[in-house]
Amino acid sequence: MSWTRKVLRVNLTEGTCTPEPLNMEWANNYLGQRGLATKYLVEETDPNVDPLSPENIFIMATGPLTGTMASTAGRYSCITKSPLTGAIACSNSGGFIGNEFKNAGLDMIIFEGKAASPVYLYIENDLAELKPADDLWGKSAWEADEMLHAKHQDPNLKIAVVGRPAEEGCLYAAVMNDLHRAAGRSGVGTVMASKNLKAVAVRGTKGVKGLENPDEFMKTVTDGKKVLADNAVTGEGLPAYGTQVLMNVINGVGGLPARNMRDVGFEGAENISGEAMHEPRTSDGKPNLTTNGACFGCTIACGRISTIDQTHFSVKDKPQYHGASGGLEYEAAWSLGADTGVDDLDALTYVQFVCNEDGIDPISLGCTIAAAMELFEDGKIDLAETGGIDLRFGSAEALIAVTEGVIAGTPFGKIIGMGSKRVCEKYGAPELSMSVKGQEFPAYDPRGIQGIGLAYATSNRGACHLRGYTIASEILGIPVKTEQTESDGKPELVKAFQDATALVDSAGLCIFTTFAWGMEDIAPQIDAACEGDWSVDKCLEAGERIWNMERQYNNAAGFTSDDDTLPKRLLKEAIKSGPTKGQVNRLGEMLPIYYEVRGWTPEGVPTTETLERLNLS
Amino acid sequence: MQKSLHLDPAKCTGCLQCEMACSYEKLGEFNPSRSVIKVFTFHEEGRFAPYTCTQCDEAWCLRACPVDAITMDMSTGAKIVIDDKCVGCKVCTISCPFGTINYVQETGKVAKCDLCGGDPECAKACPTEAITYIDANATGYDRMKAFAEKSLPSANTSA
Repeated sequence: MSWTRKVLRVNLTEGTCTPEPLNMEWANNYLGQRGLATKYLVEETDPNVDPLSPENIFIMATGPLTGTMASTAGRYSCITKSPLTGAIACSNSGGFIGNEFKNAGLDMIIFEGKAASPVYLYIENDLAELKPADDLWGKSAWEADEMLHAKHQDPNLKIAVVGRPAEEGCLYAAVMNDLHRAAGRSGVGTVMASKNLKAVAVRGTKGVKGLENPDEFMKTVTDGKKVLADNAVTGEGLPAYGTQVLMNVINGVGGLPARNMRDVGFEGAENISGEAMHEPRTSDGKPNLTTNGACFGCTIACGRISTIDQTHFSVKDKPQYHGASGGLEYEAAWSLGADTGVDDLDALTYVQFVCNEDGIDPISLGCTIAAAMELFEDGKIDLAETGGIDLRFGSAEALIAVTEGVIAGTPFGKIIGMGSKRVCEKYGAPELSMSVKGQEFPAYDPRGIQGIGLAYATSNRGACHLRGYTIASEILGIPVKTEQTESDGKPELVKAFQDATALVDSAGLCIFTTFAWGMEDIAPQIDAACEGDWSVDKCLEAGERIWNMERQYNNAAGFTSDDDTLPKRLLKEAIKSGPTKGQVNRLGEMLPIYYEVRGWTPEGVPTTETLERLNLS
Repeated sequence: MQKSLHLDPAKCTGCLQCEMACSYEKLGEFNPSRSVIKVFTFHEEGRFAPYTCTQCDEAWCLRACPVDAITMDMSTGAKIVIDDKCVGCKVCTISCPFGTINYVQETGKVAKCDLCGGDPECAKACPTEAITYIDANATGYDRMKAFAEKSLPSANTSA
């Protein structure tokens, strides 16, 4: 099995916590986590529901491998309808809470309705109860975490919690767990807070057991760990530099956007790179990077634990930020740094700390500030509007002031909290929002790297690198090298990455394993753990099924092929300099072929044959 | 040759593979709460530290036990708890200076590291060699070697 076969249904309106059996027929088709929870969402809600209404549901879900000894198998996801995009939202997080859910005997928790006043869910194995959280409301995620640990006098309690921006309606609020891991994207934290649910605190000691074939499982996970250890990316690059290993690489190949994607190539990239995090600072002689840290069960350990120079202007009067904490990942270093033109490593680390402290997606935050900087430089926002912040590209002071404003809920901070799409519409320049379906881009330029543009345009949760990471092939040559500026073959590549990723996200594993693992490494681990047939083919089919289910949800929610697009800047404004000079994204060539490869109509709707083939009709 | 578990916190990433390996070996389930090797996180310092029984030669737990439920495995030197004899009185948990023998409410007995009969699963599962099982006489040699390296003329001068 490996599923616990138990779902906890929490009705916040009624104040009830009711266990129910997991739907095993669905589990056999959608595996777990992303796929299975999305199936519950699709079955139980109207796709046109207001994301912030009590009628939307919010699910925390583990995968069947979560809590097992498979490498990286500590993941959980938050699944709901996104208030940022209006599309399906599924945000994945590591840390340690996924294992704790599993050890408490739960595959997933479904939250319905809305509590009359703030509450948190306390779980101790079979005990589950809603408790008042009036004292936690208005507190940061870190403060609430500390208060809950103190209240329950249990250092082993694992906590997922939202911060103040979520309570205030910031549309890209994250759900934080274990202090510095995040279900970060698409505003899943905003939905959680909209239900007056401040936190989930869980302690599980029941053990994860009942593997289908234990001996085979232990053999396959041991083999898998060796593959990760022997691989240059997962065995060397990621432990040493984290995802920040990419900053200089992507900049070097003409794929790093800068200043709201006005430019490609950032002159300050080296200063904010993974390598720079190792360099002793001139000020205090210590490097930014204190150590690398792992999420539960992870033998890669890409996590960055950083320390800020205590004399840096961002923290010099704030001793609470002088200790070590979760540092910069590549996407955040890019959005907060290159995209705003800021190359001050400690300033970016400080912004990362406060994003963790209060639960904000740093990608959407950085990109929204970058868009606002362009609006400011174009004269569409003035000093009166920003509250006196001189919002120019390259200003670390402005970046920090706006971020603190989002957390404090200042008038301009609340505007920035709406995301770049709404900000750019408000100031009369919608074309300056670098987003798809309202969600901001990550750190790869779709002009310099063609396939990732198609992946962004067709991602079911809006612009995202984690829905089909073609960078692996287009830049790193994994599993095979494809030419980054070539569009031929990219529709097939994007589909393959999207389907495989959907399966990995449904298993309880981390997508970073796929730098080294193919489905032939992953499927045997699932197959040994779970009942039923989880061959490579069945895994890939399940991935495709999940992708199409998400697509149908979005189509039913009102999205059309017109939404599978990129901002005009990326389709029309050629890159001005560097190795990819002259390139635009050729989405128009790739998209029709992608629909065909997917078995969709030219309007982007799955055909009857496709639905029947995938058992979705 | 007697061997010891050698713990090097500087290499630990806090992944808990050791805790899962330990609980799987003893209970057949992945249950970090029941592992007798524990990894502690010191968040503010950015440090992780695995810790378990050091297998004292003059073992306080063994001496304190009123029912002779703790004995020495002569092949490994491990002090092991005989479950059939343990009455759950917890005197050993009071006597141990390191806190590495603990009461288990699920069983009503105490549990501690027994070196898995000479093939400790935690060491095999550790991905970073933060936990190794080595010659008991040589647990300081890696640090000794590091200092020896510093004394090398070529490493000590800027030629």
